[in-house]
Amino acid sequence: MKTNRKALAALSIFAAGSLALTACGGGSGDSGKSSSAGSESGAATSNAIITTNGSEPQNPIIPTNTTEVGGGKIADLIFAGLVSFDAKGAVQMDQAESITPNDTNTLWTVKLKSGLKFTDGTPVTSDSFIKAWNYGANIANAQGASYFFDNIKGYSADEKNPVAEMEGLKKVSDTEFTVELINAEADFTKRIGYTAFVPLPESAFADMKAFGENPVGNGPYKFEKTGAWVHNEGVTLVKNADYQGSRTAKNGGVKITFYADQTAAYADAQSDELDVLDAVPDSNFTNYESDFEGRSVNQPAAIFQSFTIPQYLEHFKPGKEGELRRKAISMSIDRESIIKAVFNGTRTAAKDFTSPVIEGWSDKLEGSDALSFNADEAKKLWAEADAISKYDGTFTIAYNADGGHANWVTAATNSIAKNLGIKAEGKAYPAFKQLLDDEDKDKMTGAFRSGWQADYPSMYNFLAPLYQTGAGSNYGRYTSTEFDGLLKEGAAAKSEADATAKFQDAQKVLLKDLPVVPLWYSNVNGVWGNKVQNVEFGWNSVPLYYNITKAE
Amino acid sequence: MPSNHKIQRYVAPVEETPVAAVDAVKFDGKASSVWGDAWKDMRSRWLTWACLALIALIAVVALFPQLFTSQLPTGAACDIANFRQAPGNGHVLGTDAQGCDVYSRLIYGTRASVTVGLVATILATLVGCVIGAIAGFYGGWLDAVVSRLGDIFFAIPTVLGAIVVMQVMPWERNALTLAIVLAVFGWPQIARIMRGAVLSAKNADYVTASIALGVSRAKILVKHVVPNSLAPVIVIATVSLGVFIVSEASLSFLGLGLPLSTASWGADISAGRATLRTDPALIFWPSLALALTVLAFMTLGDIVRDALDPKARARR
Amino acid sequence: MIAYIGRRLLQLIPVFFGATLLIYFLVFAMPGDPIKALFGDKPVPESTLEAIRAQYNLDKPFIVQYLLWIKGIFVGDFGLTYSGRPVADELARAFPITARLAVIALVFEGVVGIAIGLYAGLRKGKLFDSVALFISLLFISVPIFVIGFLVQYFAGVQWGWIKTTVSGQATWSELLVPGMVLAATSLANIVRLTRGSVAENMGADFVRTAKAKGLRRGRVVRVHILRNSLIPVVTYLGADLGSLMVGAVITEGIFNIKGVGGTVFQAVQRGEGPTVVSFVAVMVIVFMLANLLVDLLYAVLDPRIRYAK
Repeated sequence: MKTNRKALAALSIFAAGSLALTACGGGSGDSGKSSSAGSESGAATSNAIITTNGSEPQNPIIPTNTTEVGGGKIADLIFAGLVSFDAKGAVQMDQAESITPNDTNTLWTVKLKSGLKFTDGTPVTSDSFIKAWNYGANIANAQGASYFFDNIKGYSADEKNPVAEMEGLKKVSDTEFTVELINAEADFTKRIGYTAFVPLPESAFADMKAFGENPVGNGPYKFEKTGAWVHNEGVTLVKNADYQGSRTAKNGGVKITFYADQTAAYADAQSDELDVLDAVPDSNFTNYESDFEGRSVNQPAAIFQSFTIPQYLEHFKPGKEGELRRKAISMSIDRESIIKAVFNGTRTAAKDFTSPVIEGWSDKLEGSDALSFNADEAKKLWAEADAISKYDGTFTIAYNADGGHANWVTAATNSIAKNLGIKAEGKAYPAFKQLLDDEDKDKMTGAFRSGWQADYPSMYNFLAPLYQTGAGSNYGRYTSTEFDGLLKEGAAAKSEADATAKFQDAQKVLLKDLPVVPLWYSNVNGVWGNKVQNVEFGWNSVPLYYNITKAE
Repeated sequence: MPSNHKIQRYVAPVEETPVAAVDAVKFDGKASSVWGDAWKDMRSRWLTWACLALIALIAVVALFPQLFTSQLPTGAACDIANFRQAPGNGHVLGTDAQGCDVYSRLIYGTRASVTVGLVATILATLVGCVIGAIAGFYGGWLDAVVSRLGDIFFAIPTVLGAIVVMQVMPWERNALTLAIVLAVFGWPQIARIMRGAVLSAKNADYVTASIALGVSRAKILVKHVVPNSLAPVIVIATVSLGVFIVSEASLSFLGLGLPLSTASWGADISAGRATLRTDPALIFWPSLALALTVLAFMTLGDIVRDALDPKARARR
Repeated sequence: MIAYIGRRLLQLIPVFFGATLLIYFLVFAMPGDPIKALFGDKPVPESTLEAIRAQYNLDKPFIVQYLLWIKGIFVGDFGLTYSGRPVADELARAFPITARLAVIALVFEGVVGIAIGLYAGLRKGKLFDSVALFISLLFISVPIFVIGFLVQYFAGVQWGWIKTTVSGQATWSELLVPGMVLAATSLANIVRLTRGSVAENMGADFVRTAKAKGLRRGRVVRVHILRNSLIPVVTYLGADLGSLMVGAVITEGIFNIKGVGGTVFQAVQRGEGPTVVSFVAVMVIVFMLANLLVDLLYAVLDPRIRYAK
């Protein structure tokens, strides 16, 4: 009957699609192989095409407007930026020969490799970068990733005053340009590994929308032909022989098939129709390791999940009571058991606010005991808070029902209810946009789910957008001068080690204040078929496609 | 409609028609209605009592779940460390992925599921029958308006409608509000089936006969046409009951239904999907409960339909 | 008859406008900002959002948005999806696939359902009847995602009889099995409907008369019993078309079919007004035509039903 089938939709369609909906921007530069470019002549290469899963890009593939996973996956393969990341997230030069900062990390000089070419034969020059970045930053072009350029001198987010050419970008020669920043940024080289920072050929600017349908890039792969992207079906990419960088393809190409539901992709992988699947649907969490014995991966990814307790929430406001209650809530959640029961081990319990794949991550930060399960301590803290002022409400965690969160929300609220002896339950919003709307207007009446998928592998990217005073994604309205100060010092630090130390200090402040309650890091769960070898997943949970080999 | 007075009708003497056999009994006792006859027939069948017993049991479970289990199905009663346990250890049917007792969820889930299923079915059937009967019987512009309204309702994606309706509803969401939403989108189908049945019933000989006897149109509709058109509606309505119960799960899953703290069969069926291959028991039990409920109402529906049909009664 | 059809076709016009206005309003009334949601948790400047809203006319009042859409459809422009692609392309892509799927499902549930229902009805209370009822109970109680999963897992993965998913072309042969899965619940309904009507008509006077006339059993069953039993079944099939088209979301998901159900579902989730309303508009027309066909079939099946005044 009508109602049945229509409504049953829910059961499948977004069960596994949570990532695509809730955390966008998985499109950072792919990681690279540690050996230097072009030196893998001895390794097996073949012309076979790897088949893999994907989803229909939300927009034409214009790198500065590609902020979701579907388009990001394609853009990463057909474009190459100044740098790329290896599997561990370390920066390696891709199109750049060198990138050097001045003493204060505010002026960066970029030198390009020589002889770089787009797949249409035109050269990749400083102008290709400068024009592409200016295009992306120009508010008049309404590019989704425009805010990535907000630290470049001359950037303006004022639509009445669009800036076509940022003064911070200066061409020195065809292979050299400089970037002047507004604030010091120690890990600028990491930021420019994000897809938005790739160059565009001259032809793109004539008709950007048409370009996005048939993009011409400089990456390890290129479109098989004009119209290779068949909407809602998939896209076929073939190896770009002219590519010069750290990610030279060892196969003939990548054929991406779009799936609305990952369970379909999983069935295809089981029957060897699909070589690589980078997201195992949760309905197969309990059996994917036996279905694909020795051909699966389950490792932490750069995705942090938490729930935010807004600062304006009664009983949880800044101050002694709020501090006690936040810690009590956090300690009452049995993360390990929830991970085992609900996620079948496909999450890793959180020890901080970033991710284990990020340089500088530590599970021993001072105050991280607030993230371990301790029912007795939790109860004690809660009682102390009750002595200040009595709590008799229901603690709710709001979530968007279209993101597959219901199970863990239930488990977490059950845990809180059981261990603190209070009422706790989940609160469902039908769609993400409705949840976002209430978050935006400070209308939340309880905690709400939150999370972050890194755009580039840096601690700063996990901290600044979420907890800095007034930051764009700081929906909990957290504010701390101490935290803000440390963040700023870290960004301006001379060395990466100094920066990491400052960022860790900043996290210690968060561990005390708990603006959000960290839960776990998402793992990347992938499987692959019998026909392919050398499947490895990068820091951003995307397989390093260029390294995969396949028997013909 | 053809006008009556132009056509001459010849009605055979009652004794010569098969109706005589059926009607024969009525001449001596007090006059009885279609419904009275039906009940008289039903109560003589053991199957009726079996169905009613099962339905009564379901009702008791729904009303007094605490009589059947001492454990609670949600919240603090669930121990996540004890997830997906095999039966035993105080858990007759084991525990689910949240560490909740499967048996007590089954028991406590009855109320929400049966309320949603029953209320939605009753509402959709009532509205659908009335509208469908009027449309089919009177025809003309009334039929056009009502049928087209049905077309529009059919075309509205349930998800969209449910989101907006749920948002508009001023009171808190519970099984009743959910049932109303489901009924809002479920009635057109019943209406259409009813209309089709009425269209074919209103031309039957007994209707013509009633017209000839000068019975009022409204009375013909209620007394003769509707009882004779109910059979297909009963089939669809009893099946809808199960469909609505499952739909509840889907809507809840979408964040449009019951809060997570309410146990329901539908919620357990959809949760069971995740362990379909490794722990099929989790989806089996709520499905079985659903199947038994549907079976009870479906069989009862069959009995009622048979009872309403004098010819079927005569054949048995 | 012609006049009747003409009248029915004329009704299309007010219904089209009424339905589209209503749907557009419903999408508009949904809370949340669809454009902001496009960027997930990421902090996009308000000015960028403003610019994108302007692209899709979302900055204009509701009624203006609706009128712009209406204006567009007269020149074949159904508006844009929030991916910036013409909705017309989506319609042209999704409807043929869904139409094929729905036809397969309808034919399957119609032919198989009526056959089983007829046979069961003729032997009411016998073994075949009981088995048929039991299986239909199963189809009603087992959720479609379980049926779909079992079919895909065994026929596709384990035994390799079918391809696990459907390709972008979605050919008739690829859609055969998914269509059958989609039809499962409806099949059960049709079996029960047919069985019920057939059993009822078995005792009807015209059947007795036909038998008395000495007609062969086959002819009695075909012409007298079946034909008179089909009205509720045909009604159901007509009504079911709707659920087969919009309601196929789960089946589409399991077999990766890019049809109407999933497209509409996603568009609703994303709050894509033009996409939702365009699809629904086409759907309303399809329903009305299907209904017209059903009503005409009534007259064929039962000559006593007349429409022309």
